[in-house]
Amino acid sequence: MSLFSKSSRRGILPGFGLTLGVTLLYFVIIVALPLLAMLYKSVNLGWADFWTIVSSERALATYRITVGAAALATAFNALFGVLLAWVLVRYQFPGRRVLDAVVDLPFALPTAVAGLALVTVFSTNGWFGQYLEPLGVKVAYAPLGIALAMMFTSIPFVIRTVQPVLEDVATDVEEAARSLGASNWQIFSRIIWPAIFPAFIAGCSLSFARSLGEFGAIVFISGNLPFETEVMSLLVFIRLDEYDYPAAAALATVMLVTAFAMLFITNSIQAWQLRYAERS
Amino acid sequence: MQNAVNPAVPATLQSPRHGRPPSRAVHWLLIASAILLSMLFIGVPMLVIFTYAFRGGVAVYLSQITQPATLHAIWLTVLTALVVVPINMLFGICVAWLVTRFRFPGRQLLITFVEIPFSVSPIVAGVTYLFLYGSQGLLGPLLDSYDIKIMFTVPAIFLVSLFVTSPFVARELIPLMQAQGSEDEEAAITLGATGLQTFFYVTLPNIRWALLYGAVLCNARVMGEFGAVSVVSGAIRGQTNTLPLQIELLFNDYNVTGAFAASSTLALIAVVTLVLKAILERKQGG
Repeated sequence: MSLFSKSSRRGILPGFGLTLGVTLLYFVIIVALPLLAMLYKSVNLGWADFWTIVSSERALATYRITVGAAALATAFNALFGVLLAWVLVRYQFPGRRVLDAVVDLPFALPTAVAGLALVTVFSTNGWFGQYLEPLGVKVAYAPLGIALAMMFTSIPFVIRTVQPVLEDVATDVEEAARSLGASNWQIFSRIIWPAIFPAFIAGCSLSFARSLGEFGAIVFISGNLPFETEVMSLLVFIRLDEYDYPAAAALATVMLVTAFAMLFITNSIQAWQLRYAERS
Repeated sequence: MQNAVNPAVPATLQSPRHGRPPSRAVHWLLIASAILLSMLFIGVPMLVIFTYAFRGGVAVYLSQITQPATLHAIWLTVLTALVVVPINMLFGICVAWLVTRFRFPGRQLLITFVEIPFSVSPIVAGVTYLFLYGSQGLLGPLLDSYDIKIMFTVPAIFLVSLFVTSPFVARELIPLMQAQGSEDEEAAITLGATGLQTFFYVTLPNIRWALLYGAVLCNARVMGEFGAVSVVSGAIRGQTNTLPLQIELLFNDYNVTGAFAASSTLALIAVVTLVLKAILERKQGG
């Protein structure tokens, strides 16, 4: 109690005890307890069993496919994100507000709906698939489809992290550089890029983290073939379906630990970005 | 607009020695490619949903939407949102009040913890609930002994939806309440207002748009959640099937029109969400 009795330091507003109590209780019941229950299940497996499950051939294949597709999706979103942030911040054109709103659609649209739409567009007879497949580009029921689904569901991350920073880049510095004879490329690479880089990296890591865990959009488009188009989240789901609960717990724990590692990395990058912004 | 690109230097003043601003052609090339890519990757998938939903005409669409299983899924999805969104609004207000109105050890850590559900894959979220309430889970034997069943029932859908969307409202409120500071509330308390009066007459009017904004985003996610719900619901037709699960079921049954008809309702909700988002952002800004 003595820890919380220094009320003078907290000011005169009421509700500290109430909000602290509600927040902790809710967090423990809704978030912490389920996470701990799963980790407990995983720990109970013992190290040897855990290792056998998470290092099986099929599991290793899902890591490779998931990370590869997520990297491809993030690379695309990195380019697309910078382009869109640039266009939305720097240019005035008819439809700019609409474009600004449409960019958030992948976050608002349920992943199952996105998956259904993408598989239909890119299937053999689909609007895009009918032209792509004769060229030998197979998207639906192929690894490329997984990357596409990941890409779609994480489009807004890079845009929304870079956009506010780009708005804050002072144009007078650019004008000064221009009047000193700097080329457009020099202005971009020496002034703008260093300013938006931390936000860009933060956006990329958010996009990558989201892609690693994506499920809804991928089940529709991937074809779900073991060793070929099976991602981590899907293997967890399959193990559950087979009532192989220990394997589901172990694989889900790998995903959880990966997600926490990504969270740590992203938070560190954002802290760096904050220091960077304060310094400049 | 303050962020117009061209420096205010008239072209006539720019001697050849000076760097030239990017040409109009580059502007329009970048704008055109941004719009084209957005159309290809966002616009076309959106268009395909409504095109396929209405492929057989309005009568077929209506008959697909009013299938008993789909109607039930719509009802269950709405019910879930009605239960989950208000609870997470209250939680969001509590968290935001706590971390923006008081300084205490572990405050920063708490903010990080509250955001954890954003980083957890929906599938993992579902699995964690299975290992808490399922018969294989931590509380399973206890629940069994009292004959309480949570897994594969509607309450399991509520619980896992609460998990997945718990940070939405808090994330909108924390930066706003931080920026607003607590002087207004302190003045109210000093003048003799009770805590509740202060909240309803001072705080709430200041945060209402951000609160609504968070609720709208929370609602969109609740209604669209697929992975987490698919683990805990058991997807029993006409009982524990939400709309996203019903879409997958119809698709696997080769009822493409039915799947798109069901999808169109969720796609419409997504569009409404974006419109509301744009309106609320403007209200909040102005």
